[in-house]
Amino acid sequence: MASLFSSLFGARRRSKATQTERVRERRHEGFLRYANFRWAKISGGLCLLIIVSYALIDVTPRHNGGSWYGYTLGTLGAGLILWLTALGYRKRKMTSDYWSLKAWTSAHVYLGLSLMVIGTWHTGFQLGWNVHTLAWALMMLVILSGLYGIIVYATLPQALSNNRDEMTQMQMLEAIRAFDRQLHAAAQPLTPQDTAPVLKALDEDPFAGGIGARLSGRYPRCATAAALHALAGRERATPRRARRWSGCSRRNRRRSDGCASISGSARCSKSGFMCMCR
Amino acid sequence: MTSKVEWKPLPTEAVKVAIIGSGPAGLSAASRAGQLGLSHVLLEKTDHLSDTIFKYQKGKRVLATPDRLDLRSDCRFAEGAREYILGNWDDDANTNKVYAVKQAEVTEVTGQKGAFEIKTSKGVVKAENIVLAIGTQGNPNRMRCPGNDLPHIIYTVDDPEDFKDKHITVVGSGDAGIENALGVAEEALENTVTILNRSKDFARAKAKNVSDMMEAGENGFMSIRTETQPKAVEPGWLTLETPTGEEKIQCDVIVARLGSVAPRGFVEAMGIEFTGPDREAFPKLSPTFESTVPGIFVIGALAGYPLIKHCMNQGYDVVEFINGNTGLTPADEKDLAAIFANLPQKISVSEWLEFFRQRVRIFSEVSPLQMREFMLDSKATHYRTGEIVFEKDEPGSSLFAIADGHAVVEIGGGATVKIEQGSIFGEVGLISGRKRGATIRAGEDSIFIEVSRTAALKLMAGVPGAKRVIERISLERQLLQIFRGGLTVEDLQPVVDQAQVERVSAGKVVLTEGEQGDDVYVIRSGSMVVEKDIGGKPIFLRYLPAGSFFGEMGVLSGQPRNATVKAAVGSELIKLTGESFRKMLAAKPKVREATEAAVAERAQMNSFIEARKANYSSAVDMYSDTASFIMKEGLGEATDALLIDENLCVGCDNCEKACADSHEGLSRLDREAGKTFAHLHVPTSCRHCEHPHCMADCPPNVIHRGPDGEVFMEPGCIGCGNCMRNCPYGVIRMEAAPPEKPSLIRWLLTGFGPGPGEPSPKWTKKKLGEEKPKKIAVKCDMCKGIADGPACVRACPTGAAIRVSPEEFLSIARLEEDAD
Repeated sequence: MASLFSSLFGARRRSKATQTERVRERRHEGFLRYANFRWAKISGGLCLLIIVSYALIDVTPRHNGGSWYGYTLGTLGAGLILWLTALGYRKRKMTSDYWSLKAWTSAHVYLGLSLMVIGTWHTGFQLGWNVHTLAWALMMLVILSGLYGIIVYATLPQALSNNRDEMTQMQMLEAIRAFDRQLHAAAQPLTPQDTAPVLKALDEDPFAGGIGARLSGRYPRCATAAALHALAGRERATPRRARRWSGCSRRNRRRSDGCASISGSARCSKSGFMCMCR
Repeated sequence: MTSKVEWKPLPTEAVKVAIIGSGPAGLSAASRAGQLGLSHVLLEKTDHLSDTIFKYQKGKRVLATPDRLDLRSDCRFAEGAREYILGNWDDDANTNKVYAVKQAEVTEVTGQKGAFEIKTSKGVVKAENIVLAIGTQGNPNRMRCPGNDLPHIIYTVDDPEDFKDKHITVVGSGDAGIENALGVAEEALENTVTILNRSKDFARAKAKNVSDMMEAGENGFMSIRTETQPKAVEPGWLTLETPTGEEKIQCDVIVARLGSVAPRGFVEAMGIEFTGPDREAFPKLSPTFESTVPGIFVIGALAGYPLIKHCMNQGYDVVEFINGNTGLTPADEKDLAAIFANLPQKISVSEWLEFFRQRVRIFSEVSPLQMREFMLDSKATHYRTGEIVFEKDEPGSSLFAIADGHAVVEIGGGATVKIEQGSIFGEVGLISGRKRGATIRAGEDSIFIEVSRTAALKLMAGVPGAKRVIERISLERQLLQIFRGGLTVEDLQPVVDQAQVERVSAGKVVLTEGEQGDDVYVIRSGSMVVEKDIGGKPIFLRYLPAGSFFGEMGVLSGQPRNATVKAAVGSELIKLTGESFRKMLAAKPKVREATEAAVAERAQMNSFIEARKANYSSAVDMYSDTASFIMKEGLGEATDALLIDENLCVGCDNCEKACADSHEGLSRLDREAGKTFAHLHVPTSCRHCEHPHCMADCPPNVIHRGPDGEVFMEPGCIGCGNCMRNCPYGVIRMEAAPPEKPSLIRWLLTGFGPGPGEPSPKWTKKKLGEEKPKKIAVKCDMCKGIADGPACVRACPTGAAIRVSPEEFLSIARLEEDAD
């Protein structure tokens, strides 16, 4: 393990002296792979040590949370929990000393996972309907939520990047406003009967619907979908497609093709219909 | 505000000195004349003093830089609000008995020293001497329609936020007009903005400005009216002449941006010569500010001194000179004395200046006045034998001149080269902005003068002789460094004599694959990309930074060019003819060997990539496409750029927050903005260019390159915005630092106040109340002084953000890893 830490202290301390040779990375390296899986190795070793020592150490009458061994693991676990919560503070506190949030995240992930072993082995597998087991179950729940977090961190960024399509949040909001203005203008010649659903769609908060709708992608009371349904007649717009930020939004923003000429038809060649819906 | 000055009628008798222009320089000169009891007249074209500062927005803070310079004037000047400074000057003009004449615009100057005739809009003035202190603002072109003298027509927009809920019409469709229109058309200001263009298209403006304007037009933020011009101005209304007839629109403010007449033509008409034809040239002046026309003196911004303090000191000095005070030492004498204080010999400042002028080749054509200016930005240091001046790979962009003794260059392998007295060194950093190429020591007890980059560039622009010497020496050195093997300056003579400097714009092809040719090129500034057509697709082979050479394969083999070379960014190349190059190689077999070895290495790499292409086509294509994307984004001139891997970026904006919190509360990067290719995102963030565009025109000279290669700003920014406009990547903001935020713990526990990162403008505004702090330029300093490196990278939780140079990022190792 000495080699694991040597690079951490030796090399980096040197850089302080020269100031000209900063620690630089030439390639992107994710938090899971950080320093060639340093924290995965440390945390794996820790788990192994606990499992082996648990088997070798004879605690009378049997392993449980109240034995000296159980207390040792319990203290270690409690300390770890406190340290794990410190990430929330650490990531918001910019200080000028040596630290890297990526290293912290990496350690947080792997040491957090090792808590499953530390916590469970601390119990001596004495689980039952009591407050101790409740605490253990809640801890496991938190760890599982962390696992979900890792999956999200690993898979969503690509989709985020693709969906964003080089637009910034401000530009997206601006695009929605522009569509609203265009729709408003385009609805001018319509009869009051036809105008009503358009106005209703315009009045709707583009981010309404609550968390259920956001997570499921279903908007049963979407006024825009209703307006499309009412006005399109023959053309049945499929709500799912209409809700996507597709390439169409950029097209509309740049107004480089027919999609822009809202007066003729509000249709985009790519997504089939108005893509202004969220 | 109204002027408190006691204006006088035009003098009927000849005066000793006529001062044209009542800015800081002119007013200070007139005040000195008034104090000395010299017959004088101060001619001002408007009805108030100091028009440029008068036109600043209400309450704007005027800074008094440089701090180290003492003020020597009969007028007061210290940092303060515009009203305070103008009020002081009005009072000072009266107490100093200044004979000021308003609304006397000078149209023509005739005669010679002792008997000048100055034609003004009020009549003719006779004067023995003239002091020109007209600044560089020029006269804005006025609107020509009826009503063009109404007060709601303005010629500049200092702060768009001064306009809220107004009907604003911008006349003129150049960059200035479009930028003003975009500024006031900001949605939050709720202005109704119209921009008028006499013709159909916007040919005079930058493409970026035009597209921004078109977008704003489409989004309904402004109405763009082409082939339209103003016909009549009335308070509140404007009549337009449109292709379909006349139209009257509501209009509370007219911003007229119709260009201006630069003062140069007026100055040249008097017979005053300039140092050169460029826009940056200044009138040629003697140490007493006298121009090439005897009796006409030029001071202030027009003479090349844009800072108020300089101007005021010069006003004082020039009148003393005219009054016959030859013993006056300039106000900067004590600063110069401080610069020379550590030198072993104890002689006077003027003796030192003369000593340097006579001994150093690049100073030989410099006037004593310019010499003072350069020395103020320079350091004169005494080195003992063997003392290191700078080390190899140290960043630095200053130029050293050897005034006494000699320097020794370590060229590797224990070998050294001597640089004689009178010569220069360090010019590579000056020209390409790269790190030092070799370690330099003092060969004996020596005196070296270190000239800052800005001063050196000013020297090159102002003194053609100095420019020639620097360019010649730098070319010789560059060639010596590239082609080793016992080459001497004499061997290079024929090559250098035939060398030509070529400027190429970004994307221009220099060599085309398959063509015949034997010229060899050395990249002086900028960078190149080498591409080869493999399987019908141009494949990126190599990135060539400044200081490398190409085209040598053609000379050695006589074969057609085997790859295409084009400029990644605007670059300067030195073209050496194949014939002279071949002769040099023939004379020096060792150089030929070294060159052949370099060629072999490059050829090997080419064949490596070609072989990869056959086996791992997609990996090579990806590498090549990534390289082209990076070059297209202008990273060819970067030394250190922020690159985000969007496979890892979760969009938490912690980089921006960390940036703001590591500095004074303002973020220097915009993560979301910028282009993306294959999930590689180039955010809006400083790239620390090799040749920083921001450095080009900084009046107080506060932008420098630091020890880690970072381009940073030291305190002293005057908020002129030149750097922001010059940056092609839009990474410099003009912003005032927000007030102190409550502590992080308090925010975490209570949720009150802004959290980490830049506070919202709303919060800042509420906190500041009526106070309007001065906006200054804010740019990335690569977290200078923080040993662990840039905060944006350190604060990335997933490792998505890194800072790299293009050559590090596009190393061949990357391709190998991708392919494996």
